[in-house]
This record gives sequence, structure tokens and C-alpha cells, in this order.
Amino acid sequence: MTAYLLRRFLSLSLSLVAASLVIFLVMEVVPGDPASFMMGINADPQAVAALRTQLGLDEPLPLRYLGWVAGLLQGDFGVSYTYRVPVSELIAERVMISLPLTLYALALSTLIAFPAGILAASRRNSAADLSVMGATQLGVAIPNFWFAMILVLVFAINLRWFSAGGFPGWDAGFWPAIKALTLPAIALALPQASILARVMRSSLIDTLNEDFMRTARAKGLSRGQALRRHALRNALIPVLTIIGLQFSFLLAGGIIIENVFYLPGLGRLAFQAITQRDLIVVRSVVILLVFAVIVVTFLVDLAYALADPRLRRRRT
Amino acid sequence: MTAASPDRSFLRAALGHPAFVIGFALSLLFIALALVSFVWTPFDPTKLAIANKLKTPTFEHWFGTDHFGRDMFSMIMVGARVSIAVAFVAVGIGMLIGVPLGLYAAARRGSLVDEVIMRGNDLVFAFPSLLLAIMITAVFGPGAVNAIIAIGIFNVPVFARLARGAALSLWTRDFVLAARVAGKTRARISAEHILPNIANLLIVQGTIQFSLAILAEAALAYVGLGAQPPLPSWGRMLADAQTLISLAPHMALFPGFAIIITVLGLNLMGDGLRDLFDPKLRRGR
Repeated sequence: MTAYLLRRFLSLSLSLVAASLVIFLVMEVVPGDPASFMMGINADPQAVAALRTQLGLDEPLPLRYLGWVAGLLQGDFGVSYTYRVPVSELIAERVMISLPLTLYALALSTLIAFPAGILAASRRNSAADLSVMGATQLGVAIPNFWFAMILVLVFAINLRWFSAGGFPGWDAGFWPAIKALTLPAIALALPQASILARVMRSSLIDTLNEDFMRTARAKGLSRGQALRRHALRNALIPVLTIIGLQFSFLLAGGIIIENVFYLPGLGRLAFQAITQRDLIVVRSVVILLVFAVIVVTFLVDLAYALADPRLRRRRT
Repeated sequence: MTAASPDRSFLRAALGHPAFVIGFALSLLFIALALVSFVWTPFDPTKLAIANKLKTPTFEHWFGTDHFGRDMFSMIMVGARVSIAVAFVAVGIGMLIGVPLGLYAAARRGSLVDEVIMRGNDLVFAFPSLLLAIMITAVFGPGAVNAIIAIGIFNVPVFARLARGAALSLWTRDFVLAARVAGKTRARISAEHILPNIANLLIVQGTIQFSLAILAEAALAYVGLGAQPPLPSWGRMLADAQTLISLAPHMALFPGFAIIITVLGLNLMGDGLRDLFDPKLRRGR
């Protein structure tokens, strides 16, 4: 297990380094000089040069990369060109919306997908199974931002149950904040719930066909008992992997959904930064999300290895 | 050897597979709309007629008009062209780069090159596709070409992994061994024996990726990073509709339906093809 952990940890570190290198280099090829962009077209060349030095843009590329990574390790993302405040402050503020939204959507997706998948698998080829499968086909075909607009039309504009967008802040209390995140979370959860329900169904069907399920029935357990005690537990392993992967889809999908609902999260921060060419902010949001994805994938792998000793051996 | 008979049996099986038939028909419908838009649309989709704005569907304007009085049906027809073109080229890029990479990795399995290719794939996968697209458009500016590149890059590891995985199991088969004994090079074996045997898998995955690419293109266009005006695009039509949704819901409904029906059709066709290509399932029907 120790050897496995070491190997996985090494590959995790390598992925993080590679990802940071790619992001750094991509942002380096951007046409235009950030310093002259910040100062405007009529700026005094001397002032621009001074700003370049202040921003560290004069140093050679490898040195700037190392400086950036050293900063990242200390939680220092640099200073935003446009907001003139540390990017880490901007991000800390926005994460408090994007992360709860992601977790909310993940919870909804699981809550919808589990019963649907179990129902479909345990009554295979029934009308219930066919409706679940039909609904999931539709669920993956609907763009979530369009679904979000329809939710706004129905529940915010016509029924007035929710507000159409914006966020009151966590200071306004827990429930108002959760209420503001509800429609976005539903929109975000829909395609993921469809995928998860399909995985749940096929995984459970595979397990139900196993020999140990026949044994369980033979020793006198009812269908429901055998399903609960033996099938579900074994069927959950692939499902948990998908849930881990969905974290990254939801985090990235939130970028678009935040724009539909005018939620001041990481996604809106990134888009505003793109239009203002505030590349330090863009770079920071991108690397934060990519790191989150890599670390979550690592944790899922680890949980998987804990659950199934066979997987600790080297992948071929 | 009667070459015609397996094809005919495939055709018969395909026609007896309802999901495939529906999916194929829906996909064909949108390809037809896109093709017809080159020679004919009911109205000029870029022509503004403010006096005629925000009309709900009428006999003249089947899907109504938008806030500039443009004919929505004509815009959806031309939008189909943009969606299909972007998705087709993006998936094509993914296949043309990914499949050879995967085949090469499989032919040199266990080597350093294999390891580098696979870890490179993992790295691209770690970037959520949308994030990758946003980063690329942030750097190179918005536009259809950059949307294609962004979606295409994400497709490369999908096809590389699929090709490698499928090819690996084929390399242990007797007919490949026979080809090796006959003195064929790895490259020739990959091209002549491995590739034809994984073509079915690639076609099925290609169909699924095509539908994902259409969704991705719509999302990018919606946030303003896809095809630029005056070219109509489904995603941007939805962005225009958003502020007017209480006033003119039809502006949001029709482009949404266009996306859903196209994606649904492609997915059904992909699932159907998967069933049809799997001989075990075919015999069972």
C-alpha cells in the first residue's frame, strides 16, 4: 500500500507540474503586453517600462515561471491588473459561491439518479425502466444553460417562487442563499443526473446477474433484501468513480450557469477577466479549477484502491 | 463470396432498430436543413426588419421573428450549418490526431513513447473541456475557428484512448501474429489489420462526440466565444433570447429545440449503431 501511495503521489505531483507549465506557457503566447494594456494607448513609454519592471515582466521566462509557482505554493496568485487587489482575495470571495453550488448540484444529481437507476435496474424492461431511460436520453441532450433559462421563465418569472438571478450573500442567512442557488443547481444537475442514473442502472444490472445474487435468493432473501444487502453495495463502486469525475464537470459547467443567473462566482470572475484581458485572473481561475480536478481524481483513485485491493497493483 | 449479403442483413437489422431509425431520421433532418440553407432560406437571416420584431410564429414566419425582426426559422437553418461544420471539423481533428497516436501507443505498448502519449492524454483530460475552450478563446480571441480548435483538442485523448485500448487486445490475436510472421511492419499491421477492426468502435464514438461537440459549440456561442455576428448560431440566438425571455419566450424555445433534437438524434443513432455493430446483440434481436 505504501508503494502504491508513493507512486500515485508522484504521478499526482507530475500532473500538477505539467498542468501549471501548460497554463503558464499558453498565457505567455497571448498577443499584446499586459503593462501597455493596463496603462492605455496614450501611456508614457517610461511609465509602461516601470510597470513592466514592477510586474516582473522583464525577467526571463523560466525565472518568471518559478516565481509564479513559488507564489502559488504560498497562496499568492499575484495582483489583478484591473481590480488592483490580490487575486487570492477575489478568488476566496468567489469560491464561497462556486463550491457550494457545485456540491449542491452534486447532491441533487445523486439524489435523483440513485432511485431512478435502482428502479430501472430492478424492473428491467418495464414501463418504469423505459421512462427512466427515455428521460435520461433527453437529459443528456438538453443544454443546461437552456434548461436554466426555462427554469427562470417558469419558476422565477411566471410562478415567482425564486428570483431570476443574483446572490444575496451568505450574510443574508443560510436559507436565502440556498434558495438563490437552487435553480442554478437544478440546471447544473440535470445532465449529470441522467448520466449517473444510466451508470447506476447498468452497474446494478451487471451485479444482479452475478452468482452471489442467486445464492442470496436461494438462502431465502426476498428480492428487495438481496438488492439492498448484496447488489447495491457491489454496484456502487463504478458509480462512486463517476460521481468523482462529475465534480469536475459540475465545477466547469458552473462557469456557464453562473452567467445565466448572474451569480458572482468563479465563472463570472473568469468571463469578466477575459473581456478585460486581465490574464492573471484568468490564469489563476483556470489553474485553481484544473488543480481541483486533478486532486479530486487522485482522491477517487485512492478511495477506489482502499475499497478494492486488486487495484493497488500497477495499471497495465 | 457474396459481398452484398452481409450489407443487406445489416440494412435489414438497421431498419428494424427503432432507436437507430429515429436517430438517423432526426440527424438527417438537420443535415438537410443545413444543406438547403446554402441555396434557399424563407427569408434572409441577416436582414433586419425592426417593424416586424418579436412576432410569435405565423404562417409567414414559422418560428416567429427575433428582436431585430429577423426570421427565426431561417436563422435556425443557417445556425444548423455552423453547428454541424464546427462539430464535424472538431471531431475530425480529434480522430485524425487521436487515432494514429492511440495506434502508435498500442504498437509500442509499454515503451516510453506509449507512456508519454498516455500521460499527455491524462493531462488534457484534467482540463474540463469548457475551461480549455475558455482559455484558448481568452488567448486567441473568440471565433468559430478557435471554438473548433478548443473542442478538437479535447477530442484527441478520447480517440487516442479508445484506439489504444481496442488495438491492445487485437495485438494478441492470431491474425496479427500471422501478419508479423509474414514480415509486415508494425505500421502496416496497424493500418491494414488493426484499424479496420476498430473502425466500428470509432464510428460509434465519433457519433457521440459529434453530439457533445454540438452542445459545446452552443455553450461557447452562448457566452460569446463561438461564431461571431452576423453569422447566426444557435447558442448566440439563446443568449439574445435570455434578456427577452418574459417578452418573447419563442425566441428561446426554438433554438433550444433545435439543439435538443439534433443531439438526441445523434445519440440515438450512436446507441443504435453500437447495437448493430455488436454481432452478439444483433443475433439476439
